[in-house]
Amino acid sequence: MPNSTPPRKRPTSVVSSTVSDSHTWNLVYMQLLLEEMGHDVVNLGACVPEKLLAEECLRHEPDLLVVSSVNGHGFNDGLRIASHVRSVAGLEHLCMVIGGKLSVDGVRDVGFTRRLLNAGFDAVFGDDELPAFRSFVEVCGLRVSA
Amino acid sequence: MSAAAVTFGDFVAEAERTGRLVVQPRMGFGDLERMRHGLVRTKEAEALTVGTLTLDSYTRTGDHEAARCALANGVKLNGYPIVARPDAETADLLRGVRDASFPVQVRHGSSLPEDIFRTLVGLDLEATEGGPVSYCLPYSRTPLREAVDCWVRSTELLAEMGETANPHIESFGGCMLGQLCPPGLLVAISLLEGLFFRQHGIRSISLSYAQQTCPTQDEEAVLALRSLAAEFLPDAQWHLVFYAYMGVYPRTAAGAARLMEQAARTAVRSGAARIIVKTEAEAHRIPTVEENVRALERTARAAALQATRPASAADPTDSETYTEARALVEAVLDLDTDVGRALPEAFERGLLDIPFCLHPANQGRARSRIDDGRLQWLTVGDMPIAHGPRRLSRGELTADTLLAMLHHVEQRYDTAS
Repeated sequence: MPNSTPPRKRPTSVVSSTVSDSHTWNLVYMQLLLEEMGHDVVNLGACVPEKLLAEECLRHEPDLLVVSSVNGHGFNDGLRIASHVRSVAGLEHLCMVIGGKLSVDGVRDVGFTRRLLNAGFDAVFGDDELPAFRSFVEVCGLRVSA
Repeated sequence: MSAAAVTFGDFVAEAERTGRLVVQPRMGFGDLERMRHGLVRTKEAEALTVGTLTLDSYTRTGDHEAARCALANGVKLNGYPIVARPDAETADLLRGVRDASFPVQVRHGSSLPEDIFRTLVGLDLEATEGGPVSYCLPYSRTPLREAVDCWVRSTELLAEMGETANPHIESFGGCMLGQLCPPGLLVAISLLEGLFFRQHGIRSISLSYAQQTCPTQDEEAVLALRSLAAEFLPDAQWHLVFYAYMGVYPRTAAGAARLMEQAARTAVRSGAARIIVKTEAEAHRIPTVEENVRALERTARAAALQATRPASAADPTDSETYTEARALVEAVLDLDTDVGRALPEAFERGLLDIPFCLHPANQGRARSRIDDGRLQWLTVGDMPIAHGPRRLSRGELTADTLLAMLHHVEQRYDTAS
């Protein structure tokens, strides 16, 4: 039987920093990683305010939003992002994850993860959990061979 | 200038004449006592030092109310809030420390520094640093033209301090993104920002360059910067400042010390007049005052042991870095002789394109790689650089390759024992 499945559209990801974080090497790395997994990536760069982040998500309609932060304020900034993004019509169900060095002391706090999940993130990753992030993307069916 | 009879620019010029490298920490505390202690210990170090006041991130982003609030509530700041603090307190902080033997430079990181510069003028603090490109593209979302306009006003404010005050600005352009920017582009941006300061009335200027992956390439770059500065800044007092590595730092104390000592040797061999140090604690946390003092002293010792470059050295204009930097500078000045107008247009057209920089004003088509230890172009985008492909083929740069490049220096120095 001939294969009649139409060629699959490449998934789109938005990669973003938080409002207070000016680090960008982590964002460049995440972009390359997602591109290797077959994604088209929109990289919003450093110091992204929540409002701009939501606007860009409405504009690009991504399959996945990846927030990456390493300045230690990721937990607080992440809570603000989640509550804002989830309050915007059209973004209630956007698949949205956060990861990196999310607190100042570098210790992962299960309470932090739970609160970020409750606030609206679909997954939370520490900076040593890239394999878990890759699996998450695959399980969501968002991996295509490049 | 009642506080300091010798200005920052004159002090470094005099040190350069006597062949001594000026060493400088990065140091900033919100607390007055700690800040004073840091300055005093820097001054007392066994080295020819200048002082640093590094500002906090609220002040950097113009949120002086947040800085005031933090001061009122005893919240720790990651630098000195010079705008939020009453001027009288800053004057007290510097009294008896800043003098003819110890000038102080204010370091801030702001893309919109007008409030900061106005405060400096009020305090007779004549030395600072930054630049319309170097403090906008890497760390902010400020539109480049807005940053340039603000830097024009700010630079002219400082210039109005007048000839006796000898206002000094250092371009941070040689440090773009800290790592993985090939030297030709660093040299070009540093020179162009220096030219920008000169065009807006500043007559005492320093140009920066940050240590990268290869000592001989770094030396070549500083010599190229020197040649270009001599040519393009004939009517200014200028010197070169070398930054110890700004990328991912070695994790071992021995590795960190070796990298710092290499920086000192390169600085002396290439004729830099001043060096900004890093400490052994750099990879792990913000260094203490005592760690800074040890780094200053170690750097001064390493510099003293290094003989200056032999006079018979190769022609500094006969290098890849010089050729590249010159082509970039000329392409930008061809757009407009007013550097402040030329710079944003150059980025728009991709004539300047900083690899891995995500700022919306940067085209982002250029990529670099480390080849046999040297930083090279993987793609040059639309920059007027002869060699190197213009576009990246898919899969040529992987996430793992990037990670290896970011850790190249760290790993080399940590495992070289």
